[in-house]
Amino acid sequence: MSVASPNAERGVAVELTELRRSYGPVNALDSMTLHLAPGEFVALLGPSGCGKTTALRCLAGLEDPDAGTITIGGRDVTALPTNKRDLGMVFQAYSLFPHMTARQNVEFGLEMRGQDKSTRARRAGDMLDLVGLSSQADRYAHQMSGGQQQRVALARALAISPQVLLLDEPLSALDAKVRTQLRDEIRRIQLEIGTTTLFVTHDQEEALAVADRVGVMRAGRLEQLAPPQELYARPATAFVAEFVGLTNRLAGRASGGRAEVLGVSLPLLAGSGDGNVEVLVRPEGIEATPDPNGNATVLSAAFLGAHGRVTARTDGGEQVEVQVASAALPSFEPGQRVRVTPRGDAALAVAR
Amino acid sequence: MAGPVSQRAAVRRKQAIFRWVTVSLVLAFFMLPLIGMLDFTTKVRRGGRTMATWKTLMNVSEISTKYPALKEGFIASIGLSVITVVIMLALLVPTMTWVRLRLPGMSRLVEFICLLPLTVPAIVLVVGLAPVYSWVFYLFGESTLWLGLAYVVLVLPYAYRALDAGLRAIDVKTLSEAARSLGASWFRVMWRIVLPNLRTAVLSASFLSVALVLGEFTIANLFSRRNLQVAMYQLGKSDAKISVAVGLLSLVFAFVVLFAMSFVGAQRSGSRRRRRPLAAAVAPAPAGTGSVKEPS
Amino acid sequence: MAKSPRSGTRALGGIKPSGALAGVVPFFAYTTVFLLIPTLVVIIAAFVSDGHLTLGNVRALGNAGFLTALKQSIILSALTAIIGAVVGGILAYAVSTARPDGILKRFITSLCGVLAQFGGVALAFAFIASFGAQGMISAWMKKAGVGPSSTLWLYQWDKGVLLVYLYFQIPLMLIVFLPAVEGLRPQWREATETLGGTTWTYWRRVAMPILFPSFVGATLLLFTNAFSAYATAAALVSQAQPLVPLQIAGTFTSETVLGQANVGKAMALAMVVVVAIVMTIYAWLDKRSSKWLVR
Repeated sequence: MSVASPNAERGVAVELTELRRSYGPVNALDSMTLHLAPGEFVALLGPSGCGKTTALRCLAGLEDPDAGTITIGGRDVTALPTNKRDLGMVFQAYSLFPHMTARQNVEFGLEMRGQDKSTRARRAGDMLDLVGLSSQADRYAHQMSGGQQQRVALARALAISPQVLLLDEPLSALDAKVRTQLRDEIRRIQLEIGTTTLFVTHDQEEALAVADRVGVMRAGRLEQLAPPQELYARPATAFVAEFVGLTNRLAGRASGGRAEVLGVSLPLLAGSGDGNVEVLVRPEGIEATPDPNGNATVLSAAFLGAHGRVTARTDGGEQVEVQVASAALPSFEPGQRVRVTPRGDAALAVAR
Repeated sequence: MAGPVSQRAAVRRKQAIFRWVTVSLVLAFFMLPLIGMLDFTTKVRRGGRTMATWKTLMNVSEISTKYPALKEGFIASIGLSVITVVIMLALLVPTMTWVRLRLPGMSRLVEFICLLPLTVPAIVLVVGLAPVYSWVFYLFGESTLWLGLAYVVLVLPYAYRALDAGLRAIDVKTLSEAARSLGASWFRVMWRIVLPNLRTAVLSASFLSVALVLGEFTIANLFSRRNLQVAMYQLGKSDAKISVAVGLLSLVFAFVVLFAMSFVGAQRSGSRRRRRPLAAAVAPAPAGTGSVKEPS
Repeated sequence: MAKSPRSGTRALGGIKPSGALAGVVPFFAYTTVFLLIPTLVVIIAAFVSDGHLTLGNVRALGNAGFLTALKQSIILSALTAIIGAVVGGILAYAVSTARPDGILKRFITSLCGVLAQFGGVALAFAFIASFGAQGMISAWMKKAGVGPSSTLWLYQWDKGVLLVYLYFQIPLMLIVFLPAVEGLRPQWREATETLGGTTWTYWRRVAMPILFPSFVGATLLLFTNAFSAYATAAALVSQAQPLVPLQIAGTFTSETVLGQANVGKAMALAMVVVVAIVMTIYAWLDKRSSKWLVR
């Protein structure tokens, strides 16, 4: 890439501490604390209305928290207006100035910083290069596709070499294919430049794919903040387990850190309950084999490309989703008897 | 915590103050002449108030015997409204639907013609219509109601925009394709599918047309025909109070209807992107005073 | 287009292309008779007198009376358009900051929708009832000892008529301009702020340039609206004919004077020309901004 990385060491720490924000009776942020390490890419994930956008907008200064502090690089910016916070922000959509070309859009922030014309032009050129749009520099927003517009928006946000990059669901208005592509590109560029980044999304796949750490939010609180693999393998709460990936809820009895599910004893994750519990087991944590003397009956089988999914009902009356290899799929017919057994991965158990 | 909390709130407060000051000032300008009208109609020569004018106005039999010209003009205007609305709908709804379905290449031409009256002053139209109307009067007799034919042209831009907004909000093409594939005839497609979905738009177009016809003065006056406005004008010279009262009443009536319809339109349109037909139509801008395109 | 054998089975088929054209015949026939022919009549008759082609009618426009009226019409229209556009534009912005579906917005847009069409006799009466010799506001002003001693100003084209015209110009501006103001996306302001711009930067560099074409378009519309207005002026000004529409109406009522009718048509043509010039300016401006403005 053409951009040398004078910014590689640029990342600064960002700390949101005890943020509160309410709209009437609704607590959009309920004492939320989130610390980002320098250069870290954190994704905030959650259903709509969970407060993730509010958190990002508070950090941007586009909304005032009722209480709490925000620091960027150790400096308290809670009372600082947006235009003094030194941020780059990419919005969900339609944020390009329609009366300016892509290049003029990218130059805008540099102009605000009083940079001269030639510096601006060079920097804008570099940035458009970085997002792969040099050929579209003189186009207006409406002449570009949604994905191109978001790339320009990203270039515009990065052109000012911000201390923090804020991404407010930048991919949600795009087609599935463009979305994946741009998602990976954002990650590549972020790694290259090293800017501390907060990314808000409601798409779990997106969050898991790009972030160093993912924070799952619910009702204004951070339920869990962890690296993607840990979040997936060791969900702290039932909400996290169910929001991130598909999960079976299977009845079991827990004691002493283990629980018996479908005849197999599973180790339990920290925070699990005791006694009569529901154990959260992912479809890939269960095995299914055709077996006339099995413990379940196949309801349906679906081909999903790389793998397949079998839905079965156990003799205990529970419905189970099982992931199987695509090649094995033809051996599962509705009505057929199968044996389903957990593979033995650690799981979370919640009180029934 | 006081600092950060007041930052955005202060902006909002400033905005609210600005809004109320501006709105109050402009409303004062809008209201003064209306209050002046009310004052005028209730004034007694040596101070004091009377509701006599309004009582007369509310008394149908009295007003029709005391002011036959007003009655005549009122009836003529009602008749003109009906004629105008009927012709307008019969002309526009099928044509616009048809153009959308079968002749999309013609939509620009139809739009151009429909918006043309915005740029041709009514008084110019009168000049040009004189020979047309000498034929109309010669062939069909000297009835005031024939003015409705010209009024259709006057309401064309407003009706077009209202109906266009309505048609935009539904996908006529898919809807009629669906209906046709289910075996509906073209007549049924129009009657059972298109019209019900255009209800609000048809209502808006009709309302705007009625409002325009009730307020029309230029053409009627210059062709020496008596409609409501001409009658008011003539009456204004002999009995101004009743004339002013009629003017105020019609204005208040139009406002109440429009205000009520602003709620109806909102209820029917679920999404915010859908333009309300009425709002679209009372904005008689020459094609596109500029909304910015949303990429799809 | 060649008729394919399958066309009869398509959902929208069953009618030949010629049949499709037949569907729009009533519309075109009607608008030809009541819109296009009248317009052509004006244009042609302006150059005809007693069955001969002549420039006499157009030459008759050269008299001082008409030129004064034309000048006054243009000045009046321009003034009310600019004042109306500025005041109405500010009002539109003020209203746009209110809650989107709130009562205030509904109230103002409904009121303006009515007032924008409230030209004519009733409007003239409203102002006479307020500012006339026996008017309420005249009485207030007299009591307060301010304002002009006579109420004749109300009937003059550059004072009273101007004020009365504003009464429908400002609402019209709101109706026309509000959609443009509401088209300003909050993201643009927020993007400006995150990029380091102030509120002033936002207005100067983003909002105003975006609104400018709409604003000019609306102003030109207001101009033609005032320029075409007849009823209000007719009801207010009964003695002289200071404006073009009044002069045209004058030729109508004095049709006994030979040739006057055709001079009227020449005057009408002059109006059409002025409107056409305004529309051309509009089209030119529109083309310039249409690089980024799409409708």
